[in-house]
Amino acid sequence: MDDESAFEKHDSGWERASTARVVPPVRPRKLAKVPFVELADGRLQGVVSSGSDIARVYVSSIGAGTHGFSCSTNNNRPCGGLGSRPCKHLQSLVDEAVLQHGFARVARYLQVDAAGESGAELMAQLRGQRDSTPAATVFSRFLRHLAYLEVPVSVAPVPELDWFPTGGAR
Amino acid sequence: MRGSNLAELRAPLSDVDGALDLVDGFDDALGHGFARLGEERAGRLTVLAGAVAGSPLGDAVADAVAKVAAGSVSEEHLSALAAARAALLGAAHDALLARCDAALGRTRESWQPSASEGPPVAPNLLAGVRAWLTEVAVTGWRGVDHELVSASAPLVEALYGEPALRRVAVLLDGLTDELRASSPVATMPRLPERRWADLWSRALLLTRAGAWGAAGATDVTGRLLVLGVDVHEHATAVRVQVHGVLEPAGGDTPRLVRTNLVAAKVDTIVGPAVWQLFGDRPVLLGALAGGHALDLVDMPLLPGGDLVWHDERASAGAPADPFATARVLLPGAVAPPVHPLDRHPVGVATPVLIEGFTAGEGGFDIDGETLTVDVESLPDCGPLTAEAVAAAEACIGLLRWDAGRWSLRPLAVRGTVKRKPVATHTGDWALGPTDPKVVKAAAKAGDAVSVLRERAGRLLRK
Repeated sequence: MDDESAFEKHDSGWERASTARVVPPVRPRKLAKVPFVELADGRLQGVVSSGSDIARVYVSSIGAGTHGFSCSTNNNRPCGGLGSRPCKHLQSLVDEAVLQHGFARVARYLQVDAAGESGAELMAQLRGQRDSTPAATVFSRFLRHLAYLEVPVSVAPVPELDWFPTGGAR
Repeated sequence: MRGSNLAELRAPLSDVDGALDLVDGFDDALGHGFARLGEERAGRLTVLAGAVAGSPLGDAVADAVAKVAAGSVSEEHLSALAAARAALLGAAHDALLARCDAALGRTRESWQPSASEGPPVAPNLLAGVRAWLTEVAVTGWRGVDHELVSASAPLVEALYGEPALRRVAVLLDGLTDELRASSPVATMPRLPERRWADLWSRALLLTRAGAWGAAGATDVTGRLLVLGVDVHEHATAVRVQVHGVLEPAGGDTPRLVRTNLVAAKVDTIVGPAVWQLFGDRPVLLGALAGGHALDLVDMPLLPGGDLVWHDERASAGAPADPFATARVLLPGAVAPPVHPLDRHPVGVATPVLIEGFTAGEGGFDIDGETLTVDVESLPDCGPLTAEAVAAAEACIGLLRWDAGRWSLRPLAVRGTVKRKPVATHTGDWALGPTDPKVVKAAAKAGDAVSVLRERAGRLLRK
């Protein structure tokens, strides 16, 4: 049994609990290579650093269900490594998504019916074609993600956080 | 706290059970969607309306139920229903808190209506949030998909641009993150009905007022003795909430207070790294890590018992052991009142010292009564682990109530290691982890906050 299924072993009071756990906490991982990974808008999507140019990033995504994949720079130039098979950026994206969210959660989101542990095992299950995805949309979500770090600390009470107890990652 | 206090705490409260059964009717309707309620669900809402018939809400709620049952769902009707639900949960909160105070022998001040809250901020934005919440209610949780969740993103972003609307922003962001992860919700085998209805209702009420409870502060001078630190977080927010006893200068009765630091973050900032987000509050963090008191001069204290923290109005005081504070000062400290609109069972989180128990599977045995210990919400940013709790001889924690039962959320434990007393507190790592193994693991994972701040600096100001 992996972490995910242990986490989802809800007790019988789960439906009536104000502090029921819905989303498992993410696991820490190195962010330098793949600073942004998310399961959103029906895609596994994220931003992968270029290996050669510090100012360049690649925007990569894989659709849930269809497994259609895409990779381009944030200026919408197609990734040179992308052919009929996914490129190394997509491999990195899947590897880091599995580190962050666990194999089971990523597989379920992508609608992959398989058990496994590694990103490579998950990649082997994908049967999609090259697809076009609006890189600008994903990149703007990354910018939005980074903008959280610029929001000032608040010292006014936020009692709504009572609904979000911490913990569960270890 | 003895076993007899625990037994008193846990004696049945049939009125609370009854109120929550009525709330279930609303929560079920919200799961299903108000667009096509059907007779049975409409009937349950009629019973809910009956429960508040004698209150000032009575007419509005009765009218709303009649209209909703007839297929006409508007913001006004949903607001009336959300208010009725909040009133029932408010009553449940009052019964639970009164029970808790009685079992602990604690005195609590009553709320004095006074402070005006100021004019509403950004009414158009709040109307937009209300429209989105209405669409969700009409559709029902089971109809929520990627498209409906994505429609909330511009609203959340705009809310963060208005500091006065931080509460709505943090709440809506937390709710939509869960919906995003769960979409399409129709594929979920079970729904967190109470939780999502709580969050939806609170969001709707906040869009009416913008915020509440932030007015009417008075400046206090005295000594703050820390009891412990509670941590709350979702993907994009983390709150460090310090519970303590304020000894006012001049010898007034000590008061139970809290202070809050709330930072925005992203999901990949977890564990001890969250403390870095509060690095510009060194006096408070130093007291948590160093175990000393804080001398306050003119620190604003809100009527609900929250100190509005200004680090420059505090200075490090003498060493202070939270267990000594809990033993000596906590029993006589006066607890703060609760803002009327904040009354909900989730807010019943009362500091308590537990001694003379046997730590066992699932809880502490006190004179044959078992108190459930919530080891699943031990903060990952501190050294307090389930193992430390299992070896505890004394514990400072928060008494909480959820899903029909009381539990203890530990903030600090004291045990014996190699025949020496050792205390562990959730805030011990406020200035960084002190456990070499954790330091090493953090170094291996890299510094998430620095990596992301560097990216933000490069990309957001081009």
